[in-house]
Amino acid sequence: MNRSFTKPRSQRDLLLGLLFVSPWLIGFLLWTVYPLISSFYYSFTRYDLLRPAWWIGFGNYIELFTEDATFPKVIGNTLYYVLLSAPMGVISAFLMAALLNTKIMARPFFRAIFFFPAIVPTIVVAMVWQFLLNTQFGLINSLMQGLGLPVIPFLSSPALAKPSLIMIYMWAQGNAMVIFLATLQDVPRALYEAAELDGANAFHKFWHITIPMCTPVILFNLIMGFIEGFQSFTLPWLVTGGGPSNSTELYGLYLYRNAFEFLRMGKASALAWMLFIVIVTFTFILFRTSARWVYYGGEK
Amino acid sequence: MNAQLSTSHSVGKPADSKKRRPFSIAEWVAGIVKYAVLILLAVTFVMPFYWMVSSALKNDAQVYVAPPIWFPSPAFWNNFPDAWNSQPFTQYMMNTLFLYAVPYTIVTVLSSAIVAYGFSRIQWKWRDTLFYLCLATMMVPFQVQMVPLFMIFKKLHWINSFLPLIIPACFGSPYFIFMLRQFFRTIPAELSDAARIDGASEFDILWRIMLPLSRPALTVVSLLAFIGAWNDYLGPLIYVHDQSKFVLALGVESLRRTFTFNSTIANAYPYLMAVSTLVVLPIIIIFFFGQRVFIEGISMTGLKE
Repeated sequence: MNRSFTKPRSQRDLLLGLLFVSPWLIGFLLWTVYPLISSFYYSFTRYDLLRPAWWIGFGNYIELFTEDATFPKVIGNTLYYVLLSAPMGVISAFLMAALLNTKIMARPFFRAIFFFPAIVPTIVVAMVWQFLLNTQFGLINSLMQGLGLPVIPFLSSPALAKPSLIMIYMWAQGNAMVIFLATLQDVPRALYEAAELDGANAFHKFWHITIPMCTPVILFNLIMGFIEGFQSFTLPWLVTGGGPSNSTELYGLYLYRNAFEFLRMGKASALAWMLFIVIVTFTFILFRTSARWVYYGGEK
Repeated sequence: MNAQLSTSHSVGKPADSKKRRPFSIAEWVAGIVKYAVLILLAVTFVMPFYWMVSSALKNDAQVYVAPPIWFPSPAFWNNFPDAWNSQPFTQYMMNTLFLYAVPYTIVTVLSSAIVAYGFSRIQWKWRDTLFYLCLATMMVPFQVQMVPLFMIFKKLHWINSFLPLIIPACFGSPYFIFMLRQFFRTIPAELSDAARIDGASEFDILWRIMLPLSRPALTVVSLLAFIGAWNDYLGPLIYVHDQSKFVLALGVESLRRTFTFNSTIANAYPYLMAVSTLVVLPIIIIFFFGQRVFIEGISMTGLKE
């Protein structure tokens, strides 16, 4: 390469670096920046794909907040779902990882079993759980009836549908669990030994060493959980389809319906932009509060 | 909290160096409780899969009965071929594999590796800033892109094809770029420096040195990409409307729809469970052989510098 003699090293490296990341850079402009700008524009229009979009100013936003009867319910459902599913997913994944991190036989076996649901196609998860939770002939209700317990309408009662979805979600948190397990295994043994010398019991060690040492990863998994929760579509769409009586109509479902069922592309864009702003704000707030509860020990 | 201690990083053998005490009763009880919880959890995790497979072998009489039947006898093994052939599932599988999962995996892994190389093995101004921007794009909800991209792909007449799912994947995926970058950073810089002195271009270094050395990371990323495409439902739902182009996920849902619209059809649940079993089977096989690679790969995503 003669070019290295004609151009200073740093400038050559800048060009090379840009060349290598150019696929992502171009993709970022095409598939992220352009859609962001374009859906911001469309959010001020009415557009049904058949006729050209026309400008209606804040029409979509005004409609959502003043006329749309479903929207307040969608917001309530989404907050309920996200505020419960993200922390519960993190807590259950963390506890399972902590359990696996104790001295146990056949750890790889249990780890594999707890992880596996995370990579099962959502369509299969949905089919199987719908069947298991069925009121008339689902396994769970049959077993409960056998024990003389009342039938529980997991998916057919508006009060229980959201908790049931959250339960299915928690069942498939293997990714977070595996990340926690790796973190737990990295907690320096010396910390526990020092604590033992000071007379700490198992609970003290868990509360004062294990949890603080894992807070960076707890924050990471919590943020991922919130982002995922706000956007969630496939599981509720396939398990409950938004019902019964709109009790599981989450933001993602309502957005999809507006875009592809009602062909309200402008309104869907307005919904998408508000979702984007909510997610960014939420992540920002979590990061800001994290200084108070996340422990970045001797990392650097 | 003593920050000094954590820098020593003495990850030795689990406390075995200490003197063994005989077990106390409290430890026995704790041990029993621990295994009881573990086994109970394991049963909860496996039960849905056992129920899926055993129900796939039943007929309607064995499904709609209380108490539930755990071991169907006789077992209707024919449910598997019959359910599979009740819709063109072979076609759906070919579509999933050759129109979507395989091309998607190839392009997304290759492009992510190239980008990850630029983000880790070359020193340049703004590199880290751009990398953080790349990570931040994971926050942009899919739904914001969904509507405008649908309009673009409609104008390009790409609806009812897999191009809207594969072409954007040619530009790298932030998650895979992140994982590969983390791995590339662990390879000693001396290797690339030596190659540079011998006159190798950066692309040679990526192709001849980095990629062969990164086989474990590439395996994980490829498996995750493949499974992601195999499991994807929303992408095909938006772009693929023609039944002859359906992927398996859409096929299973279409089978369910035929049963919900006509409740008199026999064997609805056994057939749904049989098809579900067959759809999840490749994932089970991949997981069985690649379990270690998998779990270690996902551990890499834990925020490590």
